[in-house]
This record gives sequence, structure tokens and C-alpha cells, in this order.
Amino acid sequence: MNREGEQMRHIISIGDFDRKEIDALLDHARQIDQKKYDKNILYGKILATLFFEPSTRTRMSFESAMARLGGTSLSVGSVEACSMAKGETLADTIRVVSGYADAIVIRHPKEGAARLAAEFAKVPVINAGDGAGQHPSQTLLDLYTIRQSMPIDKIDVALIGDLRYGRTAHSLASALSLYNARLHTISPKGLELPATLAAELREKGMEIVEHDDIKEVICDVDVLYVTRIQRERFPDSASYFNVTSSYRITPDLLAGAKKHLIILHPLPRVDEIDPRIDELPYARYFEQSRNGVPVRMAMLMRVMQ
Amino acid sequence: MKKTENAENEGLLVRRIRNGTVIDHIDGGEALNVVKILGITGTTQEALSIATNVPSRNMGCKDIVKLTNRELSKEEVDRIALISPRATINIIRNFKVCEKKGVEIPTLIVGLVKCPNPGCISNTNEPIRSKFEVLPKGLHCTYCDWVITKDLTSHII
Repeated sequence: MNREGEQMRHIISIGDFDRKEIDALLDHARQIDQKKYDKNILYGKILATLFFEPSTRTRMSFESAMARLGGTSLSVGSVEACSMAKGETLADTIRVVSGYADAIVIRHPKEGAARLAAEFAKVPVINAGDGAGQHPSQTLLDLYTIRQSMPIDKIDVALIGDLRYGRTAHSLASALSLYNARLHTISPKGLELPATLAAELREKGMEIVEHDDIKEVICDVDVLYVTRIQRERFPDSASYFNVTSSYRITPDLLAGAKKHLIILHPLPRVDEIDPRIDELPYARYFEQSRNGVPVRMAMLMRVMQ
Repeated sequence: MKKTENAENEGLLVRRIRNGTVIDHIDGGEALNVVKILGITGTTQEALSIATNVPSRNMGCKDIVKLTNRELSKEEVDRIALISPRATINIIRNFKVCEKKGVEIPTLIVGLVKCPNPGCISNTNEPIRSKFEVLPKGLHCTYCDWVITKDLTSHII
């Protein structure tokens, strides 16, 4: 509900969805993938994309999704070019943009920014990432990609990389708890899954196993979800390279992996996955990125119809 | 003689007020935090008496806060529950206790606690007040999902 008491369908956090709603949205995305949708269903509708942080995939796939449904998109261009650079509050920006569009997609560096936007907006808001917080559209497309290869129920998923600041890992872990998945975490010291999140997931009955080395678990997992370790988390380049080299996925590492293992990555990758992996049947990250379009089409239809 | 001395001392600690609010049974040592929660500073107008660590039969020791000429609202009363759930509120009119009530833990607290997450949107210049849900595990920021599990009083605005 916004400040004027109007009820709207926002998508802010994966935690706002129950399993039934997630499954319904993924089913819808599959129908869209099979071309079973009305190409003009959002004709005449306008989507505003407000990206206060860099983005390639998320922004382009939302714009592509909107175009494929017959609608159009507006954006502010770079952050430097918009009124926020003059000191305008996000609340004011949202009030103004609400008058120009039928829905708003927002990415912002502050956690909770999308929740604030939903309070002030007169149109539905979709969160496209708020700081280290939530990124629900990424989680939905991650789940969609897993479901293309296997049922999500009771699978073993390894999260590797920066699990402390990586919002995609947090959101995915929360969603997987609805499917009784077992989580394996492998992360450098200081970049572990936040203790509060781990405690919350365990409370929901999720089994979380921490590992020091990916080799300990590679033979047991169904999904390997790799995230980027950012250089700025380390005091100097030497310690960064030291750590990243031991978290790099190479073809040798995959010896003994399950046949149906899939490797996902929210992208962009830097050195975390050896390019030779791209040619192996395990690699699904480009497919995952492509899946952003049907999943976001389903999301846009959910909020705008 | 001893009796009179005691009575005089008690009189100093718990002098009666004509009109206002007496907050009794505050957990020992929490009175100053209660005053902080109520937004009372040295520059506000209320006549204020605070007694701390007063012996109490049921609580061991307790604090008491007396506010002259101010009756607390329900929202203010319930905020006190966050740090002292056993507190009781007595509304005094013309030296008599006119209303006596306990405190109830609120489900949502607005504008009282600062989110400890420096990256939270509620810590910026946006025209909003902090908002926390009161959950069994702690206070949950409805903006950034941070949960305050301990040392709540140090986060009071």
C-alpha cells in the first residue's frame, strides 16, 4: 500500500512470494518462452527504468521484455544526467516519474530503496537490486534456469564466492528454502553468508553446510552457483589474487561431478569461471542470462495487468 | 525517630504530583532510557523526577519516573514496553490515580530507532521515518531487513 492507501502489485523482495506464487510465475514464463502470449498485451503502456547503479543485463532485459509485450520504456540515462545529481530525494523522483509511466523498475545503491519507492509511487514498482539487499527478478530467473534442467525440490546447491555482499546469493538462498534444498557454502574468510540470514534459513528447516574447499562437495551438488568476488573487498591486489585463484572454477575441478550438474553465474564474471567451462554441458550462465527476458515479461504482466 | 527519617527520605524519592504521569516498575537502571524514548531532554518543559534502583519487593530494584502536567499517549506508553515490559503507568489528576495501565509491546515502531545498517535508505535525507516490526527475534527494519537483536537502547534516536 502506498502513502495514499492505494494497493498495488509491487515486486520488492523474493520474501514477499510464497512457493505457489513463484511456481505460477515460472509456469507463466515457460508459456511465454513457448511463444504462448499476446504480443500486444502491454501496448500503450510505458515502463520507466530508473537505474542509479550500472547495469547491462537487468536493464536491457527489462526493456527487451517490455518491447516484446508491445509496450515502451523510458529511462533517465546516466545518474549524472538526472535530478538526483542535483540533490533531489528519491521520494520526489518517484512521485514525478509515477506521472510519466505505468510501472517503475528501480536499481539503487541503498538497501530498502525499492521499498521506499513503493511507498511513494502511484504505479507498481519492481526492485532490480537495492545495494546488498534484494534482487528478486534475478532469483526468479535463477530458479527458472534450474527448473529447465531438474525439479527444484530437495536439490543440493553450492553457493561459491562473495556470499556476504552478494545480493543474488542471499535472495536465491531464501527462495531455495521454500523447496527444501540443501545449501553448501564456500566463501573466503570475511565474505561468508551473513550469520543472521544463515540462522533465519536454518530456522526454516534448511540444511546449510559450510566447506573450505569446493573439491569437498563438487561430487554431491546439482547446482553450482558462482558469484564474483569484488576486488574492493580486499586490502591489496596480492591478497585479492590469492583468494580468487582458490575460488576459480576450472575443468579439472569438475572431475567426478554429477552428469546433470549445472553451473550458474549472475554475470558479469571476471576470473571466477575459466572460459574453457563455457564449452562444457554444465555451463548454463548464458542461458540463465537469456532467461531474464521471459521471466521479466511474466513479472511485467503480473504488475501491470 | 527512624520511621520519620525513612518517611522523609521516601518523600524525597517519590514526592506526590498533582497532575501528570507516574511510570512505575521500570526495570532497574532503565529510567534514563525511558526518558530518552519519551523525547524528554533538558530543553523540554516538563518537571521531571527520576528515582533509580529503588528497592522493590517483587522486582528486587526498580526505577520510577514522574512527569508533571503531561499525560502519556498510548503510543508513548507502548514504546516503553520495548525496554521495560513490566512498567506500569499511572495517570494522576488532582493527586489521585485516575487511570492505571500496563504497557503492551507494539507491533510496529516508527521514528524511534535508528537502523544500524549504514547502507539503509532510512539513514539518508529521504522524507521518511525509520520503521521496525517487532518480532520475537528482535526489531526488523522494514526497509533493509536488518534485525536488531541486542542493545536496543543504543539505537534509540
